[in-house]
Amino acid sequence: MANPVESEVSRRGVLVGGTATAMIGVLPSGQGQAQPASSDAVRQGFEVSFEVNGKPYSLQLDTRTTLLDALREHIHLTGSKKGCDHGQCGACTVIVNGVRINSCLTLAVMHQDDRITTIEGLGTPEQLHPMQAAFIKHDGYQCGYCTPGQICSAVAVLDEIKAGIPSHVSADLTSPPELTNVEMRERMSGNICRCGAYSNIAEAIAEAAGSKT
Amino acid sequence: MRSFTYERASLAQEAAAKAQETPGAKFIAGGTNLLDLMKLEIETPQHLIDVNGLKFDKIEKTEDGGLRIGALVRNTALAADMRVRRDYGVLSRALLAGASGQLRNKATTAGNLLQRTRCPYFYDTNQPCNKRTPGSGCAAIAGYSRQLGVIGVSEACIATNPSDMAVAMRALDAEVETIDAAGRTRKIPIADFHRLPGDRPDLETTLSSGELITAVTLPPPLRGTHIYKKVRDRASYAFALVSVAAVLQRDGTGRLAVGGVAPKPWRIEKAEAELRGGAKPFSARLLADAKPTNENAFKVTLVERTVAAVMHEARQK
Ligand SMILES: Cc1cc2nc3c(=O)[nH]c(=O)nc-3n(C[C@H](O)[C@H](O)[C@H](O)COP(=O)(O)OP(=O)(O)OC[C@H]3O[C@@H](n4cnc5c(N)ncnc54)[C@H](O)[C@@H]3O)c2cc1C
Ligand code: SF4
Ligand code: FES
Ligand code: FES
Repeated sequence: MANPVESEVSRRGVLVGGTATAMIGVLPSGQGQAQPASSDAVRQGFEVSFEVNGKPYSLQLDTRTTLLDALREHIHLTGSKKGCDHGQCGACTVIVNGVRINSCLTLAVMHQDDRITTIEGLGTPEQLHPMQAAFIKHDGYQCGYCTPGQICSAVAVLDEIKAGIPSHVSADLTSPPELTNVEMRERMSGNICRCGAYSNIAEAIAEAAGSKT
Repeated sequence: MRSFTYERASLAQEAAAKAQETPGAKFIAGGTNLLDLMKLEIETPQHLIDVNGLKFDKIEKTEDGGLRIGALVRNTALAADMRVRRDYGVLSRALLAGASGQLRNKATTAGNLLQRTRCPYFYDTNQPCNKRTPGSGCAAIAGYSRQLGVIGVSEACIATNPSDMAVAMRALDAEVETIDAAGRTRKIPIADFHRLPGDRPDLETTLSSGELITAVTLPPPLRGTHIYKKVRDRASYAFALVSVAAVLQRDGTGRLAVGGVAPKPWRIEKAEAELRGGAKPFSARLLADAKPTNENAFKVTLVERTVAAVMHEARQK
């Protein structure tokens, strides 16, 4: 198996059950000084296994590692972006067990046995997900930094509408929500785009949703 | 972030006992507030007890015809539950007006109730803040206080409680169910759940050390028009300047709680006797003891106007 955490594995020389175990000798980036709470448990790290884009991973992590840092720094899937690291921008949006979340505000160790989908797992350059194709067609970005989060979020939004989850702008709470532009804008408000590509993003989502806005 | 040890809890009482006996232990649920604060070292737990494995993820009917919402029910699931949408519309609306889709998918019922203030000085560790560092002073009172509280505040702290959900729960007279380290359970009326700051703004609720929230119960459905109106600086994904949770009747009576103005959802049952007279006498009674700063005095007027808008909307329905 092409091993995404090969370097760390060979450095530490640990391999468990065909999946990689990365012993983390360094602190997650930018997180200040270590002041071990108590025991060796902290220094040894905590083991967690989950599936990312259909592949199993088993990691030995400092408990402080967020899911976002685990994906980017340990599994080297750098599609998910770190914008604010505080739940305020949506650049880190990934889909966990079918539900979109901010991967910066959750600990990797809290995701034992979870199924995680990142932008890399939605489609490939050869076989784009319809939402990715629609973003390209409608120029739903400028710098592209927010785009992976926007796309993961948009894909999940369509599922949320399908599941009948209402939103702040739904006129009637008890009838099924509609695929309108206002609905999309409200549901996508957790994804900020500093380049202001919003109107093209809205068009891309409308096309992927098959709706006439 | 400071380092910490981590464990997954599988039994409620054990989790409560562990939290009580382990120095610096904290529960973690959705993590959307706690991790935010841990990154800034405003919260520095030494041990995290992950409660996500506890079986508190269901919404069930109670014997008296109300609803029992498990502590771990996510904000999205609660807002989308058909019984809540139909019978407790004000709660669905309040949840949907809060945070973002991503955050609501993670945020839990208990975590939402316990989210901490958004006072900018509480978040800025270079500033004095009696809530964060008791006795250090309050930078907000003479500072940028536009978003902060106008009533129920003290000379030590003028922070507001930022939860939208809690405001609706206050209008509905919800109760918070808990279990402690010894396995004792109790129900706390939401009105008594959050404390006013007084000279101890660091103490925010009436929960005891290690006490774990297991559920929130709602009384049987309240007929009437359910409305949640949130006024904020942008149309979505922003905290309230003022919010109103209301269940109003055709004859002009009703219940009404206000958010964004106080350290807890602000409701004075006696003021509701004034509702028939309109927004003005009601708001005057509700905010009779208000002590706004120059910067947030506008909130007193904004409450009256938002209440008027809510009453108008109810009459249209
Ligand atoms: C950018 C942003 C915007 C937001 N906007 C809004 C908004 O507009 N309106 C709004 O209302 N909220 C808003 N929020 C806040 C959000 O609603 C809260 O972060 C969330 O509800 C917290 O729930 P949680 O399960 O993630 O809590 P956690 O972060 O897991 O926990 C919060 C606290 O509760 C304690 N706790 C958790 N579960 C239990 C339990 N069962 N028993 C005892 N203690 C427990 C934890 O120890 C911790 O102290 C926003 C948040 C962000 C990041
Ligand atoms: S208002 Fe309260 S939270 Fe804000 S700085 Fe003052 S003491 Fe701290
Ligand atoms: S990086 Fe997670 S929301 Fe901004
Ligand atoms: S495309 Fe640049 S931030 Fe959205």
